[in-house]
Amino acid sequence: MKIGIAGTMESSDALITVRPSEKINIKVESTVFDYFGEQIKKTILDTLNELNIANIDVLCQDKGALDFTIKARLITAIERMKKSV
Amino acid sequence: MLFIPGNNPSMLQNSDVFESDSIIIDLEDAVNVMEKDSARNLVRCYLDNLKEKKAELVIRINGLDTTYYNDDLNQIICDKVDAIMLPKAHVADLKKLDEILTDLENQRKITKKIKIIPIVELAESLLEVEKIVFQNRVDGVLLGAEDFSSDLEVVRTKGGEEIFYARSRIAVSCAAAKIDAIDTPFTDTKDNIGLAKDCEKAISLGMKSKSCIHPNQIEVVNEMFSPSQKTIDWAKRILQAKIDADKKGLGAFSVDGKMVDKPVIERAQKIIKKAEKYHIL
Amino acid sequence: MKNCLNRFVPEGFASFNGSNDYKNHISEYKKIPEKKKTSSYKTLGSIGEIFDYFNITNGSTLSFHHHLRNGDAVLNLVCVEIKKRDLKDIHLAASSLFPNNDLALHDLIVNQNITKITTNYLNGKTAELIGKGKLKEMLVMETHGGRARSIETGELKIDLAIIATPCVDKDGNGTGKEGKNACGVLGYAIPDLHYAKNVVLVSDTIKEKIENPELSNEYVDGLLIIDSIGDKNGIVSGTTNITKDPVGLKIARDATKLLKELGVIKNGFTMQTGAGGTSLAVASYIKKEMIENNIIGNFASGGITGYYVDMLRNGLFEKLYDVQCFDLLAVESSLVDKNHIFMDASMYGNPYYNNPIVNGLDLVVLGATEIDLDYNVNVTTDSFGKIIGGSGGHSDTANGAKITMITTQLIKSRIPIIKEKVTTISTPGEDVDILVTERGICINPKRQDLLQKLENSKLNIMKIEDLLKLSYEITTKPANIERSNEVIGVVKYRDGTIIDSIYKLKE
Repeated sequence: MKIGIAGTMESSDALITVRPSEKINIKVESTVFDYFGEQIKKTILDTLNELNIANIDVLCQDKGALDFTIKARLITAIERMKKSV
Repeated sequence: MLFIPGNNPSMLQNSDVFESDSIIIDLEDAVNVMEKDSARNLVRCYLDNLKEKKAELVIRINGLDTTYYNDDLNQIICDKVDAIMLPKAHVADLKKLDEILTDLENQRKITKKIKIIPIVELAESLLEVEKIVFQNRVDGVLLGAEDFSSDLEVVRTKGGEEIFYARSRIAVSCAAAKIDAIDTPFTDTKDNIGLAKDCEKAISLGMKSKSCIHPNQIEVVNEMFSPSQKTIDWAKRILQAKIDADKKGLGAFSVDGKMVDKPVIERAQKIIKKAEKYHIL
Repeated sequence: MKNCLNRFVPEGFASFNGSNDYKNHISEYKKIPEKKKTSSYKTLGSIGEIFDYFNITNGSTLSFHHHLRNGDAVLNLVCVEIKKRDLKDIHLAASSLFPNNDLALHDLIVNQNITKITTNYLNGKTAELIGKGKLKEMLVMETHGGRARSIETGELKIDLAIIATPCVDKDGNGTGKEGKNACGVLGYAIPDLHYAKNVVLVSDTIKEKIENPELSNEYVDGLLIIDSIGDKNGIVSGTTNITKDPVGLKIARDATKLLKELGVIKNGFTMQTGAGGTSLAVASYIKKEMIENNIIGNFASGGITGYYVDMLRNGLFEKLYDVQCFDLLAVESSLVDKNHIFMDASMYGNPYYNNPIVNGLDLVVLGATEIDLDYNVNVTTDSFGKIIGGSGGHSDTANGAKITMITTQLIKSRIPIIKEKVTTISTPGEDVDILVTERGICINPKRQDLLQKLENSKLNIMKIEDLLKLSYEITTKPANIERSNEVIGVVKYRDGTIIDSIYKLKE
């Protein structure tokens, strides 16, 4: 099954897992969910739009990562998913 | 110059709070081979997001003997990058890197010229360091003592006798090319007394700055490499005497009973410039 | 009712009216009479006998100190007895609670054996439980100096003070400095000793005679010897080492540069730092400065760590005023060094004590979980409203010291430490002068004198509003979070007024 994982569970990082899907499903678990949950979802969605991806499952396990980190981990996870067999 | 591991978000986001003159984001040794892709994307996004730079920004790419360097350069070259640090540098590599950078700069309409800081960490490299320093874009040379001593099959020690020759040869070559000789990092991050001694030795041989592998080393390195108050006062006196002499139309003059000539004035100017850099004027 | 900082004050409590308002009430300050003096004490055989002898019933108020910190066993043993007897509505008045007490307290709180808690500091599972609203009555959080005031005035009435005492003598005197579980000076237990209705010492070491005991037998009604009062190694809990975190060290370096520019570090100066890693790092840079310039300080105070003992021994300070020992080196020093001086909680920080030690401080360096645009500081809850500590001596020292400096990281795990309004006010902004973070230093505009001295400073001094903006640029602006309106506790300022309320956590 195609899957891509990137990042870590260290503080200020996020572990992102992606799988192909019918549509976009985003699930965010975060230590700062109350404050930044919506912002994290927005970052993920913006990045998917930039990459023209509309059929993916994204699980983001966040440990207080900044947006640039979430975006980078997502891009890497997607690249890895595409390479996986 | 502070090394920051390229795949560590928490260190990247805090990299600009320390008092280092340059930040070297490392895509080479600090990044596991399985995570090279991840680190490149992280550094790319970090650079995209970076609004204001407080220090010179250097990226250490993987060597031209690896399969990673092309992706490294493609991903990270942008106008925020001031210099590329090249491991295991040879003259041939530097020529190749110069061409790649020229292409990328043209393609990406980067107006400035990205510099190169080669690392001399092989015996071969040391033997051609006199040529390395005069290569296009080369702005400083870093001694990589760990790899260098293993190439020499000698034990790396805190005393550093084994790198005496390498330091000297690099320092002389850099001085001839008027670029900075950058000293190898001190690897025991808990021994700041040893670090100070190591700085002293490097300075005495003509190294002009030092790389750090931990932020807690920066304070000692800055203290050691910045000019002392006594030296600054001396330099100020020289420059003031020069101004006075110029007013009086004097060609030659003396300070503290010693004749002041052109090299002395230049040295005084360098000290003042350095003092300005360290905000200790 | 709202207080002058626009924070809610529940019915039946007095409203905070400024940190120096107590000065208007000095003439009204009235202590209750000290407890009756005793000529002999009763030897008791067990915790059960203590309950019988002193008639501990439903609704009794029992007090404890926290000098054994995370190594205390006495409070836990008493909890077992409360549970065994199924006593109800016990009021627990412990100067602080530690995770070590979590297990013993859990059922007692849930089953309403303990229905009221008054303390200066708590964290761990007990804090979480109370945050969920499981404590029947209001949690009352006091300051160290405020607790002394509260006991002296009878606001906090104690039926029985159960004092874990590392060493007692045959005459019924006690000390914390000796014994197999010596934990050092017992500064926080003194108001309890003097003003509780009854006092029992619980010890595991008895000797013939204690010289200069801190706990005088004339106040002691009962004595119980047990196998072990806990583990003295537990006093070294929490952060009592200099931080190794590069960001923390950077903050400490800048803080020291600033103090140097302000001319604070000079002969005869006095200081206190918290025992947190960054505060201790500031102390270590100040020490370097003192050595380089041959500066000798008058005193350092507070909870004392080995770090300060070292400075005392090297002649950098003339004396230490110690209310509590944070490590075993401090314990040893408190016993042998005559310049390591014991202070009780009232002498330390009670606003109504005649010139308490905090009023003699030139400088205090403290931490914060949040600070707001008005410089109000929160050390009671985190940004989610969860209880994570308490003022302890924070508000006492901030009010007393000439300069109060807060050192903290600007951002912790994406959460900006500067807020428009802090979640909970522990220490009012009028008592906070300087904020040092890794990305900028802010000076409270009410300290124009400091700003003037720093006019030509090369340090990155900025308006707190701008530093907040900078943190938002890094983290993006956090969403507003809604919290419940249900008040579960109050933060009592040192003068007894309510500075803020604590709210139930959202499920």
